[in-house]
Amino acid sequence: MEIFGIPTALLGSQLLVGLINGSFYAILSLGLAIIFGLLNIINFCHGAQYMMGAFVAWIALTRFGVNYWVSLIAAPLIVGILGVVIERLMLRRLYKLDHLYGLLLTFGLALIFEGIFRDQFGISGESYEVPELLSGGVNLGFMFLPIYRGWVIVASLTVCFGTWYMIERTKLGAYLRAGTENSQMVQALGINVPLLITFTYGYGVALAAFAGVLAAPIFQVNPLMGSNLIIVVFAVVVIGGMGSIMGSIITGLALGLIEGLTKVFYPEASSVVVFVIMVIVLLVRPAGLFGKS
Amino acid sequence: MLSRKFTTTACAAALAALSCGAQAQISGGSVKIGVLTDLSGTYSDLAGSGAVLATKMAIDDFIANEKPNFKIEMVSADHQNKADIASNKAREWIEREGVDTVTELVTTSTALAVMKVAKEKDRIVIMNGPASTPITNEQCNDVSVHYTYDTYAVANGTAKAVTTGGGKTWFFLTADYAFGQALEKDATAVVVANGGKVLGSVRHPFPGSDFSSFLLKAQASGAQVIGLANAGADTTNAIKQAAEFGITPKQSLAGLLMFITDIHALGLKSTQGMYLTEGFYWDRNDETRAWSKRFFEKQKKMPTMVQAGQYSSIYHYLKAVKATGTDDTTKVMAMMKKTPINDFFAKNGQIREDGRMVHDMYLMQVKKPADSKYPWDYYTIKAVIPAAEAFQPLSLSRCPLIKK
Repeated sequence: MEIFGIPTALLGSQLLVGLINGSFYAILSLGLAIIFGLLNIINFCHGAQYMMGAFVAWIALTRFGVNYWVSLIAAPLIVGILGVVIERLMLRRLYKLDHLYGLLLTFGLALIFEGIFRDQFGISGESYEVPELLSGGVNLGFMFLPIYRGWVIVASLTVCFGTWYMIERTKLGAYLRAGTENSQMVQALGINVPLLITFTYGYGVALAAFAGVLAAPIFQVNPLMGSNLIIVVFAVVVIGGMGSIMGSIITGLALGLIEGLTKVFYPEASSVVVFVIMVIVLLVRPAGLFGKS
Repeated sequence: MLSRKFTTTACAAALAALSCGAQAQISGGSVKIGVLTDLSGTYSDLAGSGAVLATKMAIDDFIANEKPNFKIEMVSADHQNKADIASNKAREWIEREGVDTVTELVTTSTALAVMKVAKEKDRIVIMNGPASTPITNEQCNDVSVHYTYDTYAVANGTAKAVTTGGGKTWFFLTADYAFGQALEKDATAVVVANGGKVLGSVRHPFPGSDFSSFLLKAQASGAQVIGLANAGADTTNAIKQAAEFGITPKQSLAGLLMFITDIHALGLKSTQGMYLTEGFYWDRNDETRAWSKRFFEKQKKMPTMVQAGQYSSIYHYLKAVKATGTDDTTKVMAMMKKTPINDFFAKNGQIREDGRMVHDMYLMQVKKPADSKYPWDYYTIKAVIPAAEAFQPLSLSRCPLIKK
């Protein structure tokens, strides 16, 4: 059977692959959206933090024999703590200033981090094996799905919706949202707003590192792995609406699918399609699909 | 005793006189070599700081062995794989700093840009990293040397071996820019000439990271061999993901341009059995091992063919300067082309009229993890491709310098 001259089996497998990539977009753009929504910082070192998550997992495995499952928790924690330090020492001074300053600072940090890892590990990168429990694959009839890729979808969707639930449906989330609306008022009610903000940045960074650990067995762990991805993720955030939590998750998944389809019909355009959509969305709905203008 | 002392003194005086004469021929009093390479991007492992180190080793060894009567200096810079940065830097070096030779130049676009500047300013360009064949064809000129390898040589070796070994149907995964397309074109010609058939190809954006969609297309094509017409991180990611999706070992992969650093990064488990063509392997004989171990001590990595070629080409250049006693482009170039190259890198290597250095290439197969006995023990040499066959014959040349 064929649709537009493409066998349905191939189409099905491409959609699934698109969904897997979409999961990465979703989890990365979610981190960016949280940080922007609550801190008003455009976190340009998100890609570098994603890369560091992957490298921490790789270092933990090769130097200390720490397995994948431990890294999945430990690497985001370590990189998240580094994020907390950055927030406390540097970002904190910029909240009152224009967005541009935060962007420049985090962009500079990204270049520094990437430079350090490049110097230490070279550019060809390192290989991280798929954990034994998740190796192999299943034949779905229309495609061979590596079990690990299936796990990526499950893990990232769980984390994405868990985060959404925490922010939109719990008391802690309510404090967070209130703190960004009117921090003085919330502070007057006895809540430690600066601590909340530090926690938020740390969490956003930890999300990036979590995505990095998920990515390590799929992609070559290399110092520039984040810089290639981050531009697309920014486009995802812009399309979804800056700061919209659910918007960033749904847009991430949807754009993964659209990119997957483009790879079937016209592969040469697959790297641009996200940006074409971004331009159209900006023209029609400048605040993004889910943003409040 | 006395007579011997006299002879020595006389010789020294004669040498001094000679050297004075020669020095007058060297512009600025010294030979200055500018290493323009990728120090921070995708190709910084295969060329990069290792190429700078190789150049420095060549200069130091030349001074120690040949005792030249001229000074040799080296400068280096990062061209970031961008043609405009490369040509601006080359121009600045030549005009303001008196650089005589610009060298390395990984990434074809930077190489082509610098070749134009060098021709205009009448300086020498020695290229080791860039791959595309237009350098010695449509874009060739008489001040350039393309030393280590090109897309024809690597595609020719690997595609021929795989096709004649039974891999008759091919599907190409091609990086969507000049280099990838050149590689695909060169490999297709070889596949067809050896009785194979190309079932299709897909062009992926450069640089890419997720190749699963493209690999699934290659899988659906049913081709026996998936030819990877890309390089660096694109190739390594594609190989890794092909294993993940169970494409290998049912279909086999042919990396059309791979370096030992790629194999090192991926590990033998996911690369075992692959064929690839290189111009150098550190573990080939005592000579290559001796040089490579010296390199390893400083760089902590074994040299790629680009880095080994860099050493060899700079040494060859300096020898030509010494032999002619000048750094004049035309005279040095004529000497470089006239003198055969015999060192650990090449035996009877020859720089042709079109600037192509022809030498033996090696078809390698990546070892199984169990067969690798020590660090960097990665290849078995399957065949030596003689210089005459390895490179595009002059009869097919599209270089205007070649009179037919």
